[in-house]
Amino acid sequence: MHLSPLDATLALACAWLALGICGLASPTSIRLASRVIFPAGALVGLALAAVALSATFESPQARVLPLGLPDLPFHARLDTLSAFFLLILGAVAAAISIFACGYFRRGEGTAPGLQALYYHAFLASMALVLVADDAYFFMVGWESMALSSYFLVTSDHRLAEIRRAGYLYLLIAHLGAIAILLCFGALQSGSGDYSFAGMRALAPSAGWATVAFLLALVGFGAKAGLLPLHAWLPEAHPAAPSPVSALMSAVMLKTAVYGMLRVTFDLIGFPVWWWGVVALATGLASALFGAVYAAVQTDMKRLLAYSSIENLGLIVAGFGLTILFRGFGMNALAALALTATLYHCLNHAFFKSLLFLATGSVLHATRERSLGRLGGLIHRMPWVAWTALVGTVAIAGLPPLNGFVSEWLLLQAFLFSPGLPHSYLNMLVPIAAASIALTAALSGYVMVKFYGVVFLGQPREAKLAEAHDAGPWERVALLLLAAACVVLGLVPAMVMSMLDPTTKALTGHGMASLAGGWLYLAPIEPQRASYSPALFFLLITILVALAWFSVRAFYHGRVRRAGPWDCGFAPLDARMQDTAEGFGQPVRQIFEPFFRVEHSAPTPFDLRPRYRELVEDRLWRWLYLPLARGVDRLTSLVTVLQRGRISVYLMYSFATLLLLLFLVK
Amino acid sequence: MINPAGIAAQFAELVLAVLLAPLLTGWVNQCRAWLQNKSAPGLLQPYRTLNKLFQKEVVLARNASPLFRIAPYLIFGSLALAAAIVPTLDTDLPLNAAADAIALVGLLALARLFIALAGMDVGTAFGSLGARREMMVGFLAEPALLMVLFTASLISSSTSLSTIVQTLAHKEFVIYPSMAFAGVAFTMVSLAENARIPIDNPATHLELTMIHEAMVLEYSGRHLAMIEWAASLKLFVYSCMGLAVFFPWGIAHGGDWLGIVLALPTLLIKLTLGGAALALIETLSAKMRIFRAPEFLGTAFLFAVLAMLVHVLLEA
Repeated sequence: MHLSPLDATLALACAWLALGICGLASPTSIRLASRVIFPAGALVGLALAAVALSATFESPQARVLPLGLPDLPFHARLDTLSAFFLLILGAVAAAISIFACGYFRRGEGTAPGLQALYYHAFLASMALVLVADDAYFFMVGWESMALSSYFLVTSDHRLAEIRRAGYLYLLIAHLGAIAILLCFGALQSGSGDYSFAGMRALAPSAGWATVAFLLALVGFGAKAGLLPLHAWLPEAHPAAPSPVSALMSAVMLKTAVYGMLRVTFDLIGFPVWWWGVVALATGLASALFGAVYAAVQTDMKRLLAYSSIENLGLIVAGFGLTILFRGFGMNALAALALTATLYHCLNHAFFKSLLFLATGSVLHATRERSLGRLGGLIHRMPWVAWTALVGTVAIAGLPPLNGFVSEWLLLQAFLFSPGLPHSYLNMLVPIAAASIALTAALSGYVMVKFYGVVFLGQPREAKLAEAHDAGPWERVALLLLAAACVVLGLVPAMVMSMLDPTTKALTGHGMASLAGGWLYLAPIEPQRASYSPALFFLLITILVALAWFSVRAFYHGRVRRAGPWDCGFAPLDARMQDTAEGFGQPVRQIFEPFFRVEHSAPTPFDLRPRYRELVEDRLWRWLYLPLARGVDRLTSLVTVLQRGRISVYLMYSFATLLLLLFLVK
Repeated sequence: MINPAGIAAQFAELVLAVLLAPLLTGWVNQCRAWLQNKSAPGLLQPYRTLNKLFQKEVVLARNASPLFRIAPYLIFGSLALAAAIVPTLDTDLPLNAAADAIALVGLLALARLFIALAGMDVGTAFGSLGARREMMVGFLAEPALLMVLFTASLISSSTSLSTIVQTLAHKEFVIYPSMAFAGVAFTMVSLAENARIPIDNPATHLELTMIHEAMVLEYSGRHLAMIEWAASLKLFVYSCMGLAVFFPWGIAHGGDWLGIVLALPTLLIKLTLGGAALALIETLSAKMRIFRAPEFLGTAFLFAVLAMLVHVLLEA
């Protein structure tokens, strides 16, 4: 029997769900979860990736599921856009599940069986979100995704801090969900047809389309961690167990990008150019914000969480540029911008999960998340350190790895934008390109801080000497992800031909016919710009090898080990190196207006000197706390109604009934 | 098709850059000594230093990791490749299709990442201090450099370096106001990136003021030699980049042998003048406090963005 990709996807999502339920058979058994459920989940992920890859090149398929409410069945559809994001989901989930086999090994927090249930429900719900073809099914998937990930985030629920992070996450997830729901409401424009097919067929008026777009930007932006609804991200990511942080950052944030693309290019279909400016501005502000805040973090997972805000900001900036070009009918350039956007989604999924998993291994080995108590782990954990180095170079956007390719494509798209038929917009472009360049350079700073403080230098605590390297499962997962970063970096032309059907479907224009063979990446024409990472890598390797061998051949390879140079004073100890705070100091100084800094230094006469510094997000004071106070005040008004006596409540019901009868009459 | 002259020019360029780079450093040092009324070291002094360092054994800190030992070669390799990408003799280079202006900036950033990581590897106060400062200079200078190159790319509507050089050298002589801004920004960035006064002082060993020297304090023997050579290469790359973008005349195209042969003396003359100018700038300015470096680099960044804006407003 031939299974269509859509059926296969649904079957695999069900398989994930079934695997999760298996975990309930023996919730406390670690062996069941780590030897059976997670490996099987990884296989399902691989299968899903394979199915999605084949579906990329096939025509869309749709079917109605025998599920849902009467008269309101679930619609499912698999087109190239869904397939692309399913590919990310499957491939990354496979690697993360392999890692998880070795990760959930001790009983901590939630029982492993329950953990496995939430984890697989989370995976399955993301798959369902990606194939949903009506608003109802989409929201069911979206909400189960939020709920299952909430339980995963709060898996260490004994800590008040983690419960708080989970609450904030759930709150903002629901704010976003309301906006998405309203967006679908605006899209059906009174027809009452909530299937995506109906919305596609319908052309909403320009006003409603704009409302729908803005609601989608807010709703999906809340999930993507865009400003100003980013506050949950740096709280929830560190709270979650590392495989879950990896999954959230690598895949869940991408479902938000999927939602934006789906609503804008598919359901609305005719983007207006100035929407692009809004998305571009939001994306760039988030990117710069994320990079600046990442530079001053002292917790390694928070640092990575802020870096996710930065990357999603770049992705949304690319999305905005796509709209801008598409709005002016410059479809070839829209395709270029969209390719850069999708490519960056793919890259971010791989390098960010790699780095989050590496922090997971570090966390396991040292039980320490604070950068101030780590250091020197390259000696103790070489596997983790070297794979994390690949991730570091990739995320810093350096050639020849994958981060550079998408950045390169995005900058190329910006360089072509002076053709826009609007003189003010042309002026915006240099500023936008400059902030992208600044963000990219800052991310290099951030990654040197991350890698240098965690893996290099001297161990800052004595207990780090006992740190052990990652186990075999974790090593395999880290290696796979690192290899993916390298491969995605070296053969961009092939990756682009894989993205081609998706860009063609969304912008009506493909890129593959323009690419200059598999070796060279030449998006528009070779004279304008071309880049060949494979040649690049080969040449660097040759030059490095040549340098090494000639030094050995002409001179010698003698080495003497000695203590480090201590300037003739007392021996150097670990406390003399830069701390994470110290490393972030230049950024804190340069971007001072961005932060709210509380700073207290000891006087010379303090017997027990303490140096304290707190860097806070200004938006907390400016936006979140006033909002929370406002809500508090509103609810305190409502408490007037709350009497605590059943007779009063019965009277309310009675009054309501009377009122309704009066109204309905 | 790739023509043999192109390949020969490419190879010649790479070898020339690697061999000539220390000479440029020596020339700048000599000029600076003259300008400061000191007796100058010989022109070949950098080669002697390199030879001396290569012969010495490496004294490696006990907790240095393999990364520390690989980094010098990686940095040298990246900068040698960067030198091969910048057109100095001929614009018809086979490597030009492999890497454009953005890739060149990426390559320089790659070298910077590794030198900073190597600086943090041993875990001394100076190493991490230097690494932090280097990355600070880097994250401000890199976007500025990118903007300078973008201005040139917008003029020639290509990011390929050889197309940029060809367009700028062969269009009828037009004065681009944007290039004036870009030139100022580029000068500031190259001073900062090459650890020159007013941001850093290549001759200093006063710990509190140094950037580059602090970072490589733990290196010795052949590793230090590779780093020093790479630093010379970096100066060479920046000089050639500046010459290619702002003074593109005299570089051969299309790979005719005569052009390549003529391009060599032109390049030498341009580098001699450029090196002397660099020494003059260094002598005339004073070292800045490190806290003022962000202002200096921020100004460079602003100039570079202005250059792009001016291009969009006036020239497009």
